[in-house]
Formats: sequence, C-alpha cells, structure tokens
Amino acid sequence: MSAVLSTRGLAKRFGSLVVAQDIALALPQGVRYALIGPNGAGKTTLINLITGMLRPDAGRILLGEDDITSLRADARVKRGLARTFQINTLFPHLSALESVALAVCERQGCAGTWWTRLPGYRDAIEEAHGILASLRLAADCYRLTSELAYGRQRLLEIALALATRPKVLLLDEPAAGVPKDESADLFEAISGLASELTVLFIEHDMNIVFRFASRIIVMVGGRILVEGSPEEIARNPEVRTVYLGAERHG
Amino acid sequence: MTAADPAVAGPHRYLEAQVRWRRIEIAFWIAALLPFVVTPAYLQLASQIAITALFALSLDLILGYAGIVSLGHAAYFGVGAYAAGLLSKHVWGEPLSGLAVAGLLAGLAGYATSHIIVRFRHLALIMLTLGLGLLLHEAANSAHFLTGGADGLQGVRIRPLLETFRFDLYGRTAYAYSLAVLFLVFLVARRLIHSPFGLALRGIRENAVRMPAIGSPSRAHLRKIYTISAVMAGIAGALLTHTTSTVSLEVLSFQRSADVLVILILGGAGRLYGGILGAIIYMVARDQFSGINPQYWYFWIGVLLIAVVMFLPNGILGGLAKITARWRGRWP
Repeated sequence: MSAVLSTRGLAKRFGSLVVAQDIALALPQGVRYALIGPNGAGKTTLINLITGMLRPDAGRILLGEDDITSLRADARVKRGLARTFQINTLFPHLSALESVALAVCERQGCAGTWWTRLPGYRDAIEEAHGILASLRLAADCYRLTSELAYGRQRLLEIALALATRPKVLLLDEPAAGVPKDESADLFEAISGLASELTVLFIEHDMNIVFRFASRIIVMVGGRILVEGSPEEIARNPEVRTVYLGAERHG
Repeated sequence: MTAADPAVAGPHRYLEAQVRWRRIEIAFWIAALLPFVVTPAYLQLASQIAITALFALSLDLILGYAGIVSLGHAAYFGVGAYAAGLLSKHVWGEPLSGLAVAGLLAGLAGYATSHIIVRFRHLALIMLTLGLGLLLHEAANSAHFLTGGADGLQGVRIRPLLETFRFDLYGRTAYAYSLAVLFLVFLVARRLIHSPFGLALRGIRENAVRMPAIGSPSRAHLRKIYTISAVMAGIAGALLTHTTSTVSLEVLSFQRSADVLVILILGGAGRLYGGILGAIIYMVARDQFSGINPQYWYFWIGVLLIAVVMFLPNGILGGLAKITARWRGRWP
C-alpha cells in the first residue's frame, strides 16, 4: 500500500540542539497513528516540519507522490494536510460557526471575495454547521469561541482542521488539558472520523494510546526509536527502558 | 445580539441577522443631512468632517479589521490629494473623474508598498509606515516644481460638480459632495466587512498563526485590504483638494497620520462607525477649543484621548455598545 504521507531524511537543528534527525515516515491511508515519546523528543517539531511551520535543514516531505517540501504552510493545507495545536490556537472573537465557515471558504477559494455577503454562501455555511454538528458542537456554534468551555474549544480545534477536508490529519495532543474522563470522549470523536482519513496524534496517556491507535511511533531525542503495532511496542524492551520505564507522564 | 433565538432559526439566519441594517444606522445617515438645515453656517466644517471620516474609515479597514497599525496612512491621502490637484491644474478639472484617477494612483502606491508592509507586524510595522510617510512628505517637499513644496500647490481649478453645482463659499456643494462620496465608500466598506473576505481579515486579526493552518494565504489577503484602504484614503485626499481648491504639504504630514489614528481610537476601531464618530467629535472639538484658545487646543484633545483610552478601552463606540448591552440585559 502506498503512503499518503511520507518523509525522507528529515532533519532540523536549533543551533547545536538536534530536534529532528533522519526522520523517515510512511503513513498509509486510513491508519490511526500515535506519536509518543518523552517531553522534548521532538514530536511537535515533527508536526511543525511536516506542516511547513518550520523549514527542515535537510530531507523531503511527500504527500502521495508530490514533493511538498518547498510549499508554504497554507498551500500544504490546500493539498490535504491539516493539523491542530497543543495550545488552543483559535479565533477568540469569532463565533464557532464563523471560524469553521472561514476555513470552509478558504478551502472553496471564496475567502478573497469581498463583494458578496457571507450569508450568500449557503453551501459553505451549511457545511460548516454540519462539521460542528458532527462533533456535537451545534448547540454552541453561535457563541464566541472565547466563551466556549475548554473541552469544546479542543473540539473546535479539530472542527477547523476538518473543514479543510484533509487526507492526513495531525493532532498535537488533542486532549491536552482536558480532564481524564472527558479525554476519552474526545478520542471517541476522533476515532469516529472518516475511515479513509489518515490520523496521527500525539498523546501522553498510554491507556488512550493503546485504545485508539492502530500503529505507534516512538520518538526519543529527535529520532524515531521504533514504529510498530501496539503489541509490538508494548513488548519492545528498548521502549520500556527508554520511555515507559524511565519517564512516566501524568 | 439577535432578537429571535438563532439556534431555532438556523445558521444561515444567524449570519443574515448579523449583516442586516440596524435602525440606528439608517437614523444616523438621515441625521447626516441635518447640517443643511440646522447649521447651514458650518457646512464647510461638516464637509471637512466627512472627508476626515472617510480617511478614518480607510484606516479602520486595515487597523480595526486586519490589525495593521499604521502611522503613515497620510501617504495615500496625500497621493490622492496631489493627484487630484495636479490633474485639475494640468489636464482637466472635472471632479468625479479626478476622484477616480486619485483613487487609482493612491491604490497603486498602496499596492506597491503593501508587499513590504505585510511582512512585518507590531513595532517594526509602525516604524515602517512612519518611515514611508516621512519619505513621501520630504519627496513632495523637495519636488517644488511639481508640488509647490511648502508653499502648496497653486492654480487648482475645479469645474462645477456634474457641470452644474459650483463649489460655493458656504460649502453646500462641498458637503453634499463629500457626504455622498463618504456614503458610497461606506457602502463598499460595509459590504466588504460582511463578505467572506471580511471574515478572513477578522481571522487574521484574531489569530495570524492559525490562518495558514486553515489554508489561508494571509499575506495575499493583507495586500488586498491594504490596497483597497489606500484607494479609499486617496479618494478622501482628492475630496479635500476638490472642496478647498488647494493642496498644501500638510496632506502628507505626520500630523495627519497621527490625527487619523487618534480619531479612530477615540471613536473605536473595528466598528465601521468608529472613525466617523471619532471624526465628528475630534473636528467639532478642535473647532470649539481652537475658538477658545487657538494655541493650546491640543491640550484638550490630549485630555480627551487619555480619558477615552483609560475609561473606554474600545473607544467611545465600544463604550456605548457595552452600556446598551448592559441596559438590554437589565430590561430585556
């Protein structure tokens, strides 16, 4: 099976600090990946590199067959590569509906249009509302983002990414800061996403990881230590010593 | 905000309600005609207010909506003013076509500079716009053969509006003309704000980091609004030339850039009417205070500015909105 997203020899350093080294990934379609590793392992950096928020020093990034290494972040999104942020990166004074409608308009290419009123774009508005409803945010969609409860804001993060109609969705700790009992709900919503969508999520809670991931990538010190099925990772002695044994997160 | 429960009415109706004309808006524009009957002796002032309001509106589009803080917006006002003046002096004096040419040239200047402007934010942006403004001011000052330098541009002759209405001493034509242009440009700005593009601008203001992550070419958006804003500022400058039949170097001055920023902040940025309200208060205050004490009237503007920023952080309009919201909350 050919990969929807792959990287080859991806490397990045900040001064003398190596944050990514020789990262080779190949994510097939529809697989749910968990990216785990201790703090400072370079997980978020990897997402930043893949999505174009950071420029790699070396290596290539491919979406399907296309080399996207030199594309700007917004152009990568248009090709089907979306992400969410560990810390809410939303539009505080836009309503949830407006935020998602904006993302839909950007995808449809009408966000540069300034002579037609927004309510004229019924399709975009209905689609935005549909996305919010699918994440059970419909009741809150007229409220300003800043007035939403934190857990709802985490869902809005995902709604914004979905509005770009991604092929690959990179979730940077989607449940960060959410109470344990709510984070399972959040991941239920994530696992309910379309099955052809490739998802990679960063998560520290091992119960969640083993429950929702079909493949796991372990990163340590800017390198990929190992990739495998949850059973393989659970049995891997290196992972046990370097990650699971040495450092517990909570 | 809306009368009916939006959750019942559906997402489309909710957005429709947000862009609808409010009664107070219609009342405001009707009231704008009052100076013709109530204060006919002040029509020149009213015309100046309308021009300043248009200039402030152009700044609001980039500052209030897209978050571009500029201390050099007079550059485009000045380009428009000189374009209109030079056109009438050397080519033809028909005002409406002059307005179009001035807007076009200011827009070109805006588009050219926008490529630099959109790469910067915060303090660097303020210094950059300030620098560009100073640059243009000194260029116009030294180009004496073209602009008349510090003496101002002489020999501006404007033909009657629509070949019928002369620009009279009392300012009847001037105010009617300025108000009509302000209203038309306002309609364009209002439409723009309520378009998908307007939403994208608010997105950039709210979170510039997120925009590329939803596939938005933010810089292209910023270049576009900066150009549109420059066109509007240029039209305002041309209006000043047409209604006063002269162009002084002051149109490009730092003072004008600073004043319009003060006006917008007084009135409330990002509210479309903030610049207009600010212009009315500022210009009337200047007229009154300078009548009392011509030398020190800026003292009172200073007091006003400090009071507004301290007690009404979102400007006078922001304060009013808060009060009415509270009032409505108490008596639903």
